[in-house]
Amino acid sequence: MAADPAAADGALARLRARLEGPHTIGNSRGFWAGFAVAVLALVFFPWYGSSGQFSLFLVLSLLGLSLSLVWGYSGVLSFGQVVFFGVGGYTFGVVSINVATPGGITAAVLAGVVGGGVSAALLGYFMFYGGVRDVYVTIITLVATMVLHTFMAQTAGSEWTIGEAPLGGFNGMPQIPLLSLGVEGASFQFVYNEFALWLPLLGRAQFDPFYYLALALLVVAYLGLRALVNSDFGRVMVAVREDEDRTEMFGYDVKRVKLIAFVIGGALAGLSGVLYAARNVFIDPTVFSLTFATLPVIWVSVGGRKSLLGAVVATIAVEWIRVTMSGEWALVVLGTLLLVTILALPGGLVPWLHETVVRNRPDPADVEGPEAPDAHSEVSDQ
Amino acid sequence: MVNGLNLALQFLDSFAFIVLAAAGLAIIFGIMGVINLAHGEFILVGAYATTLAATQLGLPLVVAMAAGTLVTALFGLVVERTIVSGAVPNAVGQRIAGRDVMEPLYDRLADSMVATFGLSLVMVQGARIVFGNSIDQIATPLGEIAYGAFSYSTYRVVLSGVSIAVLLVVYYVFTRTDYGMRARATIQDEETAKALGVDTERTYMTTFAVGSGLAGLTGALFAPIVSMQPTLGDQFLVEAFVAVVVGGPSVVLGTALSGGVLGAINAVFSNLFGTFVGRIMLLVAAMIALRFLPEGITGFIERVRTRRQEGA
Repeated sequence: MAADPAAADGALARLRARLEGPHTIGNSRGFWAGFAVAVLALVFFPWYGSSGQFSLFLVLSLLGLSLSLVWGYSGVLSFGQVVFFGVGGYTFGVVSINVATPGGITAAVLAGVVGGGVSAALLGYFMFYGGVRDVYVTIITLVATMVLHTFMAQTAGSEWTIGEAPLGGFNGMPQIPLLSLGVEGASFQFVYNEFALWLPLLGRAQFDPFYYLALALLVVAYLGLRALVNSDFGRVMVAVREDEDRTEMFGYDVKRVKLIAFVIGGALAGLSGVLYAARNVFIDPTVFSLTFATLPVIWVSVGGRKSLLGAVVATIAVEWIRVTMSGEWALVVLGTLLLVTILALPGGLVPWLHETVVRNRPDPADVEGPEAPDAHSEVSDQ
Repeated sequence: MVNGLNLALQFLDSFAFIVLAAAGLAIIFGIMGVINLAHGEFILVGAYATTLAATQLGLPLVVAMAAGTLVTALFGLVVERTIVSGAVPNAVGQRIAGRDVMEPLYDRLADSMVATFGLSLVMVQGARIVFGNSIDQIATPLGEIAYGAFSYSTYRVVLSGVSIAVLLVVYYVFTRTDYGMRARATIQDEETAKALGVDTERTYMTTFAVGSGLAGLTGALFAPIVSMQPTLGDQFLVEAFVAVVVGGPSVVLGTALSGGVLGAINAVFSNLFGTFVGRIMLLVAAMIALRFLPEGITGFIERVRTRRQEGA
């Protein structure tokens, strides 16, 4: 039975059905072909670009995805995604410095993710079960960011040491060990472990394991979130976003839904923070600063907050602009970009592009009709 | 005794800071439902305009301050027409494409936050490009009060008087003038106000200009005592923001009460454990206040009052 192509096709169709739905862009064969091409392009990216820098964009895309889930799908605008990002990064730093063995570092990664999730659970419980709603959630999360920024910036003294790990105040936490996953004897080091790889036709490139780790995690997170938002739970999340009171009237526990979405978002932001700290082998309180806190909001609103794909694309694009411009005009361009998108395209760039493509796509009847060969022959004549 | 006086002066100082920082933001939020995250940068405009008017044009300080306030109010008017209401882009859009290009940001809290944050990025970096990382500062006027081993800047004491005056003027404007009546009618029920002949568009425009002017006044007043750099707005934004949400929907009473409560907390904890703990406690108090009074202090007062009336 397993060899039967129809059964394999069925399994694939079932998988696709899980990933597709009204809440995500791209439910066509063409989209998945494009998706595969994009992933392949990213896999071969080290042959034509700088993977070391690009891995940072991939890591930050996870943070963008986490905000897209929380804001775009559950309607909770969290200005404090960087709280969970930073908590994840700092937890990873503290645990891995204290247990600097491969097993310990692997555990530190998990601790960072759990740290992000638990801090989101605490803050979320405090807010949602206290009846805090709408813009007041945004303000509390923003204030939480400011509290952590003020607090972490003054942890320079030697009394602010957890085990072996000094928090370091403004100077940050510099002694984070290199990221390696596995247990003693069977582990692999991901950061600063480049070796040359040769492929026919493409030539030599530095093989950077961390880049592929980040890419794999991003693809998994994207597909996982797609499955989540297209599940029954995702439908309830979207219902909460659209009309909280009505959803409650239908008997759903709105607070629990928001809390769960918030915790998933927090854990994902925590993972992003872990990878960020691991990639830079360093973390400091600027991750809690107002500028950094607003970056995820920029990515997600530029890309389109109701679109997971938009969050990823916009994070990479905006960060790329930010890094390559790096002059004094970068922030002006970024601010203008944000202003123009939110005013002219409140839905964001990617959903707008998608709609334009769908609207201009020829009717299937036309393509298969008598006109299609004509169009084709015209092209080949030229 | 000396410590008590010190505490009182510190309380007045943080009260003035919070009230002045928050007043403009509170008016715009309360009446238009727009959160202006560029509020700190409006304060920056006021402070820079005042300083430049005093140092470059040689105007007397009070005149320079009036000029700074006016410049910020005009700037606010331009921002309202182009970004918040979208009147200018829509007029251009009508001419070119024959349709509106954007919706007004009125009562769209999240969108207004994001848009004005974009504006604030542009303004901070723009100030840095035009004026560099700092500009020359005007000296603090009025000297110092000395008592025992302590001394305190007279100017800061004057500021707390000004903050109370600002509250009184705002109260007068919103309760005793035609504009204030129209503005309150617009908050109560925009559609009905419009039907009764209130030009709500114009009310919004004026409100934004008044709010910006207050931000400019704050910048002008603090120009002699904060360091003149492009990021000076940051230190005002958080306190202003927190005061507005803790205060709740009633502009004057809310700002005064939250200024009082938060100022007291800040003064006491700063005095006991240093400025860092004072600031943290202020933020923590704000979070706890929002958790238990999601509608702010005046929202809570309103609820108690309604309940009493129903009971009577």
